[in-house]
Amino acid sequence: MAEATSLWAVVALPPVLVVAAATVAAVDARPGTGGVAGTGREVLRLLVQQRRSTNASDRLLLRGGVILLPMAALLAAAVVPFGFTSVSDLPDGVVWFNAMEALAWAAVWLTGWGPNSALSMIGGYRFLAQGLAYEIPHMLALTTAALGAESLRVGAIVDAQAGLWFALWMPVSFVVYLASALAMAFWGPFDQPVGSDAAGGAGVELSGVDRVLFLGGRRLLLTVAAAVSVPLFLGGGHGPLLPGWAWTLVKTAAVVALLLWVRRRLPVLRMERWTAVSWMVLTPLAIAQALLVALVVLGR
Amino acid sequence: MLSAVVLHALAALAVASGVLVFVVDSMARATFSLLTSLLCVAGVVIGLGLDYLGVVTVLMMTIEMAVMAVFMIMYMMNPAGLMPMTMVHNTRGSAVLCGLLFVLLVTGVLLIPWPEPRGRPPRDATRELGMSLMGPQMLTMMTLGMALFATIVSGVVLAVRGGRYDRRGDGLDAGREPGPSRGDVGG
Repeated sequence: MAEATSLWAVVALPPVLVVAAATVAAVDARPGTGGVAGTGREVLRLLVQQRRSTNASDRLLLRGGVILLPMAALLAAAVVPFGFTSVSDLPDGVVWFNAMEALAWAAVWLTGWGPNSALSMIGGYRFLAQGLAYEIPHMLALTTAALGAESLRVGAIVDAQAGLWFALWMPVSFVVYLASALAMAFWGPFDQPVGSDAAGGAGVELSGVDRVLFLGGRRLLLTVAAAVSVPLFLGGGHGPLLPGWAWTLVKTAAVVALLLWVRRRLPVLRMERWTAVSWMVLTPLAIAQALLVALVVLGR
Repeated sequence: MLSAVVLHALAALAVASGVLVFVVDSMARATFSLLTSLLCVAGVVIGLGLDYLGVVTVLMMTIEMAVMAVFMIMYMMNPAGLMPMTMVHNTRGSAVLCGLLFVLLVTGVLLIPWPEPRGRPPRDATRELGMSLMGPQMLTMMTLGMALFATIVSGVVLAVRGGRYDRRGDGLDAGREPGPSRGDVGG
C-alpha cells in the first residue's frame, strides 16, 4: 500500500528528478563531448548565453511551450511511487500520468510554432503526428495494467504485483508501453520531431535557458516515462532482500539502460511508418491483450 | 474557505481566457487560450470532488486542442494561418446574440429552484454522477458510442480516395500499387 508523504517529498521531487535526468543525459552523451563534465559545461554555457530571437516570433507561446515540457514531466512524476511512497497516490493516478504526458503534445507544438521558423514548425507538427500514432496503443497498455489491478490508483497496481509482475503476463502491453515511452519523449528511433534532417526540428531556434529547459525537459520526460513502467509492469518496489526504494532505483535504471541501448541499436523511424504499424499491428494486439487480462480478472 | 477561493479564481480565469479567444489575433493563441480555459474548467470539476472527470477533461482537451491547432491553422480563413487575423465575424450580431443568451442563462440560474443538499456527499461522486446521468441506459449509450465510432471510421474509409481498397480491389488481391501517402502497411 502506498503511503502518504510529507511536504518534503514535494520539495525533494524536482531536484531528484533533475539529477536523474542529468545522469541519463551524461551517460548518453556522444563520445567526445566529455561525459558528465562535458554535459555540465554545456548546460552552464547555455545558462549564461544570451538568447537569440527570431523575427516576428510569438514569444509568449514559445516560452509557454518551453516551460510546459519539464513541468508536465514533473507533474507526471507526482504519482510515481519511490519504493511504496509517492508524492500523491491519486485515486486516478494512471489517468493523471496520461493527462500530464499529453501536455507534452501542446508543449512541443508550441515550442515548434513560437519562433516563426519553418523547420521548427515542421518539428512541432511531426510530434503531433507521432503523438496520434503512439497514443492509441499506449492508452490501451495503461488501461490493461489498471484492469489487471482493477484500480486506476498506481499504489494499488503495485500491490497487485506482489506475486507476479504484470510484465510477465501482459508482455504485449509492456512492450507497447516501452515503445510509447520512447515516442512520448521523442527519443531514439522516434526523435524525428527534433531530427537532424530538419536541422533540429522543434528545438532549432532555441538558445540559452530555453534550450536547457526544452532538451532537459525531454530527458526528464524520458526518465519519468521509464520510472512509470516500474510500478505499472515491473512490480514497483517489490523484490527480495533489498528495500522498496532500492528496487525502484534498480528497476528504473534497468529500464533507462534498455531505452538508451535501443537508441543506439535502432535507426530512426518516420512517424507515418510508425502510425501504420501502431494502428494496424499494435492496436489489435493491445486490444487482444486487454481482452485476455479482462477474462482473467473476470474469472478470478 | 480556501477551496472556495481557488474555485472562484479558476472560474474567473476560465471566463477570462475564454474571452481572450476572441480578442487575440492569432489562431495559435486563440487555440491555446481555449485550452487554458478548458483546463481551468477541469480544475473546477476536480475541486467539486469529481477528480476522475476532471483529469480526463485535462487529457482529452489537451489532445483535442493540439489536434485542433493543426486543423484550425490548415483550413481556416487565412490559408497560412500565420499572419495576425481577426477571430470574430459579424461582430455586432454575435454580440447581441451572446448578450441575449447570457441574460437568459443568468435569469435561469437566479430563478431556478435549486434543491437543498440532503445527506452526505457520496464516497465516489463520479460513479454517482454516471448512474444519475445514465442509470439503466448505460448499455444503450455504450452501444451508441460504438455505433458512432464505426460510422466515423466507415465515413473516412468511404471518403478516402486512393486508399487500399481503391488500389487493390475489394478483396485486396489486385496488383500492388504505391499509395498516395507513405506508410501503408500491406499496401
